[in-house]
Amino acid sequence: MNTVSESFVLAAGLVTHFDPHLVDIVFLSLRVSLTATFFAACLGLPLGAAIAVGRFPGRDALIVVLNAMMGLPPVVVGLVVYLLLSRAGPLGSLGLLFTPGAMVIAQAILITPIIAALTRQTVSDAWGEYREQLTSLGAGTYRAAMTLLWDTRFSLATVLLAGFGRAIAEVGAVMIVGGNINGVTRVMTTTIALETSKGDLPLALALGLVLIAIVLLLNSAAHATRGWAKAHFG
Amino acid sequence: MRRAGGQRRTLAETVTGLPIVLADVAAAPGGVPVLAGIDLMLDAGGRTVLLGPNGAGKSTLLRVLHGLIPPSAGWIEWGGATLRPRGQAMVFQRPVMLRRSAAENIRYALDLAGINGADADARIAEALDEVGLRALANRPARVLSGGEQQKLAFARVWALRPEVVFLDEPTASLDPAAARSVEKIIVDIHRRGTTIVMTTHNLVQAKRLADDILFLHAGRVTERTPAREFFAEPRSVEAAAFLEGERL
Repeated sequence: MNTVSESFVLAAGLVTHFDPHLVDIVFLSLRVSLTATFFAACLGLPLGAAIAVGRFPGRDALIVVLNAMMGLPPVVVGLVVYLLLSRAGPLGSLGLLFTPGAMVIAQAILITPIIAALTRQTVSDAWGEYREQLTSLGAGTYRAAMTLLWDTRFSLATVLLAGFGRAIAEVGAVMIVGGNINGVTRVMTTTIALETSKGDLPLALALGLVLIAIVLLLNSAAHATRGWAKAHFG
Repeated sequence: MRRAGGQRRTLAETVTGLPIVLADVAAAPGGVPVLAGIDLMLDAGGRTVLLGPNGAGKSTLLRVLHGLIPPSAGWIEWGGATLRPRGQAMVFQRPVMLRRSAAENIRYALDLAGINGADADARIAEALDEVGLRALANRPARVLSGGEQQKLAFARVWALRPEVVFLDEPTASLDPAAARSVEKIIVDIHRRGTTIVMTTHNLVQAKRLADDILFLHAGRVTERTPAREFFAEPRSVEAAAFLEGERL
């Protein structure tokens, strides 16, 4: 086993030399998590806006459920998706288990409530400010929801980044439904878990550095976006 | 609203929403009783100013008239219909602008009213000229000053050409120069045939702008009097005390 300092040096070498194995894992992680975020956004943004603007029976209960689902345990999501996609499961015929597709599904399920709940909160705050004006102008519920989604786009970009951050940092669900197959479903987090358990720290550390860099980059982007939007759009 | 040929009607072409008739109307926004026993008819063409002390129900009455707050009792009709017509607009004390340019804020309102294309372009240019904001057409609306945003709210009204406009203390947060500028816009909008219903705490402004005064006290209309007469000799004790600066 390498010493910690040797591991750091080797890890830095892997990153700076764009080690092909490491690059493949990073790209697979990005592909899976970005795709999951896209599908979660397609569902979560309109769902959150509809709950924020709409008034219907059971709305309060739905908000409570949605907020509670933000804390969904990834391994439970992984287990449920596993059961659905396993050969004996209702979606077994799709043959998605242990593929990146299954990992996308698991991550999308995990972050859709996060995106929907944060969207609801963001749009709800805006609705409090805009409601009378939009109603006065004759905007119906659908038009108001679409207007608010667009008008809060910079805050919602942060929401999407939060969802993506949660997806790419998640390990439990993708481990179960992806199987951590080398070159097929092995992403950054599952590789880190595996390599650490094997005592092979350089690759784990290198991926950890990349993961932290991605998270830092996302937060910087969110911060910069908010600042730019405030200055340019008020 | 669509015609057989597929063209949409515009605000100006809508069936008239005047007179507005309220019969024994009460309102309790958020469950708190604010208005009670309001009987009122607002006809076309006038400039009516709602006066009264804080908490009298002026802003609530304005919202009931505009259809933003449904009556908790009694009934309201706009031109004989129970559904609010589209030929109305409202300017709030603090205007709400969308995160887009000044011109696009007006375009959004026009689009909701079914006015698009070259007609919308012409109306936007005319409206921005009217309020003196042509040079700021492409400036994000929310970075404009408070006075400019209020003028933009009036430009939105100007472009919509409503038959009645409700103004909720439109100059309350403006400096005197901006307030006078907004008053001029109000007069211009009225000259074009738009009925004005507004609230204000500024008695001098009410004298300048009002044809008649609707005085509210504790959620009830205590008198409705031509402005000249109201300021010379109010009929109700509450109005007299209000003008004297006394609290009942």
